[in-house]
Amino acid sequence: MRAVAVADWEVPRIPLGERFADLVQWLQDNFGDVFTAISEGLDSAVTALAELLTWPPTWVMIVVFALLAFWLRGWKFGIAALLGFVLLDGLDSYDSAMQTLSLVLLAGVVAVIVAVPLGILGARSDTASRMIKPVMDFLQTVPQFIYLIPAVIFFGIGVGPGIVATVMFALAPGVRLTELGIRQVDREMVEAGEAFGSSPTRILTGIQIPLAMPSIMAGVNQIIMLSLSMVVIAGMVGTPGLGADVFEATTRLQLGAGFEYGVSVVILAIYLDRITASLSAKSAVSRARRLAGAA
Amino acid sequence: MPSIQVENLYKVFGRRADEAVRALLSGDDGTESTVPGTTAAVVDVSFDVRSGEIFVVMGLSGSGKSTLLRMLNGILPVTHGRVQLDDAELTAMSARQIRDMRKRHMSMVFQHFALFPHRSVLQNAAYGLQIQGLGKRERLDRAQQALSLVGLDGWEDRLPEQLSGGMQQRVGLARALAADTDVLLMDEAFSALDPLIRREMQDQLLALQQQLGKTIVFITHDLNEAMRLGDRIAVMRSGRIVQIGTAEAILTEPADDYVCEFVRDVDRARVLTARSVMDKPLHTVSSSASPDEALRMMDEHRLTAVLVVDAAGAPVGAVQQSDAREAVRHRRPAVDAVQRPVSRVRGDTAVSDLFTAASGPLPLAVVDEHGTLIGVVHPSALLAALGEVERAPDRTEGEGH
Repeated sequence: MRAVAVADWEVPRIPLGERFADLVQWLQDNFGDVFTAISEGLDSAVTALAELLTWPPTWVMIVVFALLAFWLRGWKFGIAALLGFVLLDGLDSYDSAMQTLSLVLLAGVVAVIVAVPLGILGARSDTASRMIKPVMDFLQTVPQFIYLIPAVIFFGIGVGPGIVATVMFALAPGVRLTELGIRQVDREMVEAGEAFGSSPTRILTGIQIPLAMPSIMAGVNQIIMLSLSMVVIAGMVGTPGLGADVFEATTRLQLGAGFEYGVSVVILAIYLDRITASLSAKSAVSRARRLAGAA
Repeated sequence: MPSIQVENLYKVFGRRADEAVRALLSGDDGTESTVPGTTAAVVDVSFDVRSGEIFVVMGLSGSGKSTLLRMLNGILPVTHGRVQLDDAELTAMSARQIRDMRKRHMSMVFQHFALFPHRSVLQNAAYGLQIQGLGKRERLDRAQQALSLVGLDGWEDRLPEQLSGGMQQRVGLARALAADTDVLLMDEAFSALDPLIRREMQDQLLALQQQLGKTIVFITHDLNEAMRLGDRIAVMRSGRIVQIGTAEAILTEPADDYVCEFVRDVDRARVLTARSVMDKPLHTVSSSASPDEALRMMDEHRLTAVLVVDAAGAPVGAVQQSDAREAVRHRRPAVDAVQRPVSRVRGDTAVSDLFTAASGPLPLAVVDEHGTLIGVVHPSALLAALGEVERAPDRTEGEGH
């Protein structure tokens, strides 16, 4: 009798989704004004940045991008960047690309501002690390599209939800690589700081962060790349830029336009990747090497 | 006045560390922690380090010596016991007080140098002073002085990675010396260097110590290094100190089989000194004594020669048995007619150097700094002293039965 009852027993429906929706609704009811203000702030910041980037004549900006590439990585990448941005302009997606670039930069900066301190916290306290880790796992593995739903509810349509969803999605590698970099600093090096009477803060700023810089910058590189991928997807919720163009081409099944926008995203992605990757080579140690070499 | 005082120090790792210490305190004699999940790294360690001495802690890896060192400056918290630096109790200090103490009184030299790769040699040497809050000008000046002290003039603007291992450790030493603290903690400071450089660094440290007179706690796993550097040596095994003493005391009176086994490979001729191998009871005759008197003395103590001293007790020569007999036959009134010149050595002369001094059958006169005779070394005793190491383990084994 009892055995049959156990066999028939089913896990009752757990209303996880409903509760989450309730929570979002409650937040929206109580903090709606705050979210609106944030959304408007982000919108005007991105608009201002995009206007700044598109204000000079296009060819001037193309030369600036190429020079930056040349300065950071050498003449080969300088020429590649020049050709890339000329192609971007030729595909009529230059303005959209600048929109997207503004979004990536703003989201990236916000993500770095959040991720690096979290990573430092995780590196200094095992308890914090244990708490941060599952949250990062969650943020990194939830399908990208899911972020858009609460983002839209809180921040409406446009730039706001795009930036917020992007920051959430891009956060994790920045946190992880910062924590890893600091934890990997040689224990004896930290002890040397302690042995001469340095305070923990001083050890952090004078020893751990400079020596963890390559890893932290690799995290920044990952943040920028993930931001770009998310910003494109955010085109679905009306976030302007290449993402919106791609989304439009997709819904209308415009093969040619879709291909062109796709190529534009790739050009921007490669450019951003190489630029941020070369920043990570400019660590404290390599700067010291250059100084010593000059002396 | 001891500079550092360590009393019943324990370090146990693991969540239930306090429980493990209680178990060890309540008469548990073993070195293994009885509480599961805990590791006893330092067990009931007590010693004093005197101001101005080099105190060497010697033990194999895993014996707890590095852990012990890190408790002296509070990098590792103490599980139980007391560490005292002069009048201040380190184990009762707040984090800020400990940092202050490190700035003013203790600096450290590391096994793998622990130089900052992003700072120049000069900036590395100036690190301690920077933390002490000195102005840029003064700290770089003093770092510069410390670098010249260790012989690194002209390398200031290089990076640590551009230097050889030995030079890097000189920077490590300069960083510690520049901080101008009275205590220097050295954690296997020369272990990562190759033997020739290691020897050179040991000599340099000894020379610097002559000049500076710091209180040094030196950790090593190399007994020869311990014997060369240490005024006193503590031998550690599984977290406990098994013996504390001078190099000679450890060599001549090892506390147990473990220490015995350890000292087997030591070059005894370099560690043992004239003082430890000399005969203490002085059988001497004055230079005015008759040859008969000298012969009687030799017969009585079964000697082949006897030292002749002047009125102040300073050795002036030696009389051999055959010469004394000759003198009796020729009716010489006093031994000074047949005495032969004798070599004098100081009490701290290494046995290896006695071999060259002891040419021929005559004994060596061991004198103190005033030239007064304090002992005599018979050539036959030299070889016996070196052979002792083979005998010692058998002796302790015999006692066990």
